[in-house]
Amino acid sequence: MQEKVLMKGNEALAEAAILAGCRHYFGYPITPQTEVAAYMSKKMPKIGGVFLQAESEIAAINMVYGVAATGKRAMTSSSSPGIALKCEGISYLAGSDLPALIVNVQRGGPGLGGIQPSQSDYFLATRGPGHGDFHVLVLAPASVQEMADMTLKGFELAEKYRMPCMLLADGTMGQMMEPVVLPDPVELDKTPKDWAVTGTECKREHHIVNSLYLSPAELEKLNLERFERYKKIEEEECMWEEYMMEDADICIVSCGITARVSRNAILEARKQGIKVGMIRPITLWPFPKKPLLAAADKVKSFVSVELNMGQMKEDIELAIRCKKPVYGCTRVGGMITTVDDILAAIKSAAEKGEE
Amino acid sequence: MIPLETKRLTLFAGHYGSGKTNIAVNYALMLREQKLPVTVADLDIVNPYFRTLDSEAVFREHGIKLICSQFANSNVDAPAMPKEVYKIIDSRTEYGVLDIGGDDRGALALGRYVPSIIEENDYEMLLVINKARPLTRTVPDTLDVAQEIFNACRLPFTGIVNNTNLGPETTSDDVLSSIAYADEVSKALGIPVKMTCCDEKLYEKLKDRVENLFPLSLQKLYYHLNS
Repeated sequence: MQEKVLMKGNEALAEAAILAGCRHYFGYPITPQTEVAAYMSKKMPKIGGVFLQAESEIAAINMVYGVAATGKRAMTSSSSPGIALKCEGISYLAGSDLPALIVNVQRGGPGLGGIQPSQSDYFLATRGPGHGDFHVLVLAPASVQEMADMTLKGFELAEKYRMPCMLLADGTMGQMMEPVVLPDPVELDKTPKDWAVTGTECKREHHIVNSLYLSPAELEKLNLERFERYKKIEEEECMWEEYMMEDADICIVSCGITARVSRNAILEARKQGIKVGMIRPITLWPFPKKPLLAAADKVKSFVSVELNMGQMKEDIELAIRCKKPVYGCTRVGGMITTVDDILAAIKSAAEKGEE
Repeated sequence: MIPLETKRLTLFAGHYGSGKTNIAVNYALMLREQKLPVTVADLDIVNPYFRTLDSEAVFREHGIKLICSQFANSNVDAPAMPKEVYKIIDSRTEYGVLDIGGDDRGALALGRYVPSIIEENDYEMLLVINKARPLTRTVPDTLDVAQEIFNACRLPFTGIVNNTNLGPETTSDDVLSSIAYADEVSKALGIPVKMTCCDEKLYEKLKDRVENLFPLSLQKLYYHLNS
């Protein structure tokens, strides 16, 4: 166990990636995630790793593809507009069944948008960021500690299921400083993966990493196999946290920074006699449908607190099969929901009840 | 309480996240309490997320003047230095507190003012250090950062500000256990530790045990994150 240090979320995830055995970082600067690249540029040369500032986001994600094909841990990071550029490459990674970590420290959009925090890439991340039928694992940290822990988890899950993983943080998570205990360094298995392109030395058949299949039957089979894997992930890998749900009449659903603000709103609402709890999804894909559906039989309504126009709200409605109303509490453009915003939404939900 | 002899210009530089802005704001308030004419200049053109400008209301209330990029917190992403900075550099009567951007990249912007600062020779160039920051945990790493900053701006450091903290979780032991580290940095650079900062809540506990203790009363808000 390491000593507690004071870190920015961006630094914590960068250091955690190094501790996870990642020695290949490819990026391109963009606020509010530039500290990831800055940290990597200082640290990687000292430990025999690669830091490369690519000529563009698109180049960076394709470099990740190259390293991932050799079975090594590779990552890139960016913020919303840059992630949009990477989507083609993410689809190729998914289509080639390659693990990789893609960090998205979201800012307000659309377009160039702003540089302040946002959660408006929820759809982009959870619906498969790119063309074709696919998913990426999506993790949503809510503290600097989780920025570090989820980075480790992200690499593990990506490798386990041979698919890209997106660490979906909001700008606040990247920029804020909190004490953090970094994970212990991971000892990686050095044996080459049985699919990785590492050179045959004329001793075995070629491994082929590719996403082009001109035979429709073969491509269909691959898609079906991939979705069997996704089904298993949905059953086994959902992560969430419940907070004061035992006696709750209203269930807040929120992730990242808004989940942190929601905790304070919940405490305040309870002081005023309204029983509120929270289910905080930690994996956004797979979305924790089971605990939400179970909660739908106990609570009167849900409140989705998010920094977008209500994207996660749709997943909540699907998860609870519209059994109860889901109200929204949203801010956009880089604004962050305040305790008062959330408290007002809670009071309004309490008045409306199950209507 | 005056932890150091007041020079006309006081500059705070260091690793990003070391606490420069917070200290600069508190230091300006302390100078103002002595009825000195004070101007704070925000020379950080690197990180647009944390700014001296966030304390504008407090400054106005206390009669502290503020110079920062006219584009700060606006829709224009132009890392330009405001011309008014020369006013504080060239003045001989105004007390200036300069908040320098983090690391060598942030300190680069200071370079153009350095010949005038050295010529007048009435300044403190302070290296803000925090042992709890991962890239300045050891003395050699801290010296590397100090050297990089000097290489970028060419203004020699005259003193050290020990701002070791873990944010709101800081205990008095965290501060006490950083004294030896700060002393070592001081010895290696041949400049004194001018002050040690602590949250004002820890001041009573530490005041008899730490020399030149500077309590920080104005802290960034953690209101939405305390649970």
